Amino acid sequence: MPQYFDEMRHETGEVRASYGKIDSWIRSTGQDIIESRKREAELFFRRIGITFNVYGDAQGAERLIPFDILPRIITGTEWGRLAKGLEQRIKALNAFIGDVYGAREIIAAGIIPEDLVFQNPAFQPEMTRFKPPADLYIHIAGIDIVRDDAETFYVLEDNARTPSGVSYMLENREASMRLLPDLFSQYRILPVDNYPDALLETLRSVAPRSASREPTVVLLTPGPFNSAYYEHSFLADKMGVELVEGRDLFVRGNIVYMRTTEGPKRVDVIYRRVDDDFIDPLAFNPTSMLGVAGLLSAYKAGNVTISNAIGTGVADDKAIYSYMPEILKFYLGEEPILKNVPTWRCREPDALRYVLSNLDKLVVKEVSGSGGYGMLVGPHATKAQRDEFSEKLKLNPQDFIAQPTLALSTVPCFVENGIAPRHVDLRPYVLCGAEGVRCIPGGLTRVALKEGSLVVNSSQGGGTKDTWVVEE
Amino acid sequence: MLSRMADSLYWLSRYMERAENLARILDVAQRLAALPSAYAGASNEWESAIATAACKAEFDTKYSEATRENVVRFLVGTDGYAGSIMACIETARANARSVRTTMTTEMWEIINDSWNDLHRVRAEQLSPTELARFLSSVKQMSLRFDGAAYRTMLRTDHYYFQRLGMFVERSDNMARLLDVKYHVLLPDREPVGGSLDYFQWSSILRSVNALTSFHWVYRRSIQPWLVADFLMFRPEQPRSLISCYKSMNEHLDHLADAYGRQGPAQRTARATLSKLSQAEINEVFQSGLHEFLTDFIADNNALGSAISQQYLS
Repeated sequence: MPQYFDEMRHETGEVRASYGKIDSWIRSTGQDIIESRKREAELFFRRIGITFNVYGDAQGAERLIPFDILPRIITGTEWGRLAKGLEQRIKALNAFIGDVYGAREIIAAGIIPEDLVFQNPAFQPEMTRFKPPADLYIHIAGIDIVRDDAETFYVLEDNARTPSGVSYMLENREASMRLLPDLFSQYRILPVDNYPDALLETLRSVAPRSASREPTVVLLTPGPFNSAYYEHSFLADKMGVELVEGRDLFVRGNIVYMRTTEGPKRVDVIYRRVDDDFIDPLAFNPTSMLGVAGLLSAYKAGNVTISNAIGTGVADDKAIYSYMPEILKFYLGEEPILKNVPTWRCREPDALRYVLSNLDKLVVKEVSGSGGYGMLVGPHATKAQRDEFSEKLKLNPQDFIAQPTLALSTVPCFVENGIAPRHVDLRPYVLCGAEGVRCIPGGLTRVALKEGSLVVNSSQGGGTKDTWVVEE
Repeated sequence: MLSRMADSLYWLSRYMERAENLARILDVAQRLAALPSAYAGASNEWESAIATAACKAEFDTKYSEATRENVVRFLVGTDGYAGSIMACIETARANARSVRTTMTTEMWEIINDSWNDLHRVRAEQLSPTELARFLSSVKQMSLRFDGAAYRTMLRTDHYYFQRLGMFVERSDNMARLLDVKYHVLLPDREPVGGSLDYFQWSSILRSVNALTSFHWVYRRSIQPWLVADFLMFRPEQPRSLISCYKSMNEHLDHLADAYGRQGPAQRTARATLSKLSQAEINEVFQSGLHEFLTDFIADNNALGSAISQQYLS
């Protein structure tokens, strides 16, 4: 049994200073009270209707993501370092995308193999030589972070397309303020509830130059059947912008309008939660019912900003991920503050050989997969599963990367038989507008509620926790 | 605001109102059906409930007889009828979910809570106690929703469309209720307190929650033409046709102000209001209550279409 880094306790079992108040709260609060708070939490989430849809699950049309009431603590010092690393990361990602659709210097310099870019399904040739406002492509990123000791933060994944989950960050905070007022008041916790305002400001800052001084922002959703629909409506509501579906918008003369009760109204910025492929049936997937015909052409004419830009997926692919340290150095001339998890690119024959002979120790992921689908956690897989996977690997090695099984840190969770450590990751949200980068202190902590499990995805039985960045 | 959102908000308000009206119809039928047969006479209250709910054709395709069991099953919706109380709440919630940003948290919670509670009603047949509890919770839901909208919504177009949906539905339901019962309201009958008809009149008032208030306005025992007068032409009665139209005109005027334009909806609503204001109950009875109500229902439908065309598409 490997020894995991526990965020609450030292190896000796002694409680870390930052968790002292939580420890004494647990001790002084009866089991029955904790139980009743837990039930209240479930009721709270059910009432506000914060549910998600699980794809491929006919029964559970609307399900709740389990919320663990014990907060996770990150100290202000830890956060300071993390935030610097996140800022550095998003700057590099934006520079990389601008380069890939522009001069392509990083390819010319031989740092990134050209096929990794041009044959990447997320690469959008339409974006070539197009410059979005302020040269920014990613305005909203969710960077997945894990840690395995007190000092090191690893980036597990960059989410540069349409990262979700921020509504859980905000609602979890509401829930813990309501359910744990006694504990909450003992800490000084950096607030997160200004996120919607910060998001709106960021979106307005990248409005096209042709927009009026009060640009009109909308949030484009695929509709109520999308798994993140709750979040879409939540954010639109908190920002006070219209929540539109494709059919509410139309393009005339390269200008985007929405259909309103007062007639057509011009739209300047579209915060879209629809994937590239579905956003414009004329330019991409012609069968898409979710997009707006002519949107890309209006975008390229500089009459509307799409956020995040089209084609950002070229940067958050798991194969490109493995080059992030080089990308950082190339554009910023800086050493990465946040570490990358060592990654074997199975497209390279040596790496493939190593991966195949060490499948029982590695996590293998599809390069373009997400949501915990299509991955193999070697140590937890059966021999049959590993054999099946190695066939897939040999057939299409370029579609896979492998990483060591990380000893994800644990934090205490309230489980059926009391309080026990469970593995967690963290998704902080980073905003990048014309006026600079902002990291919201905290983020979404996802927790693998099954004992021993390392998969935190909500579609795979994961839960969430509130994340408190506390002033020391 | 987006036309699609205005449309959903308008319709979800209509469905909430309709669910309440269906609940009241069942409530009254249940009450009348419980009277001794000497009072109830030959009339079948359950048939009349189906007529008031304007779903006779749909009912007849499923059932051959309007018994309590069949009508309750049908209107509550445990048999899956698409115009039932449960279906109304289901549709209202689906609409609400797709336009959550147009309403306040309080309004959403009321719809969502009711849906969470009501869709657990799975029993093929409800006992009288269960039915009474169910109907009361539907009425509570509608009252709370109305109150939440009134107390928490910004006075912008969102609010005006919500109100318009509610009032268009309410006046339609009121007119239909009166029309189904108009034969018992005709004044050529002997108005004897305590007769069969007395219970029919009082049941009409009860079904719109106006039994007590009737006495406060007229200070005399129930007379059929006064029941009609009260529910059609008295501005003191908040559910009367004229009250609904006063409110609709007000909200349509607000919309016209906000958008800087009048249209067919405003003109239609004004014309109907002036018909209602000039009408006098004795004349209406002479020229035909049924005809008056039929015209009104058509005018009200025309207003519904005008609102749809002008704003919602």
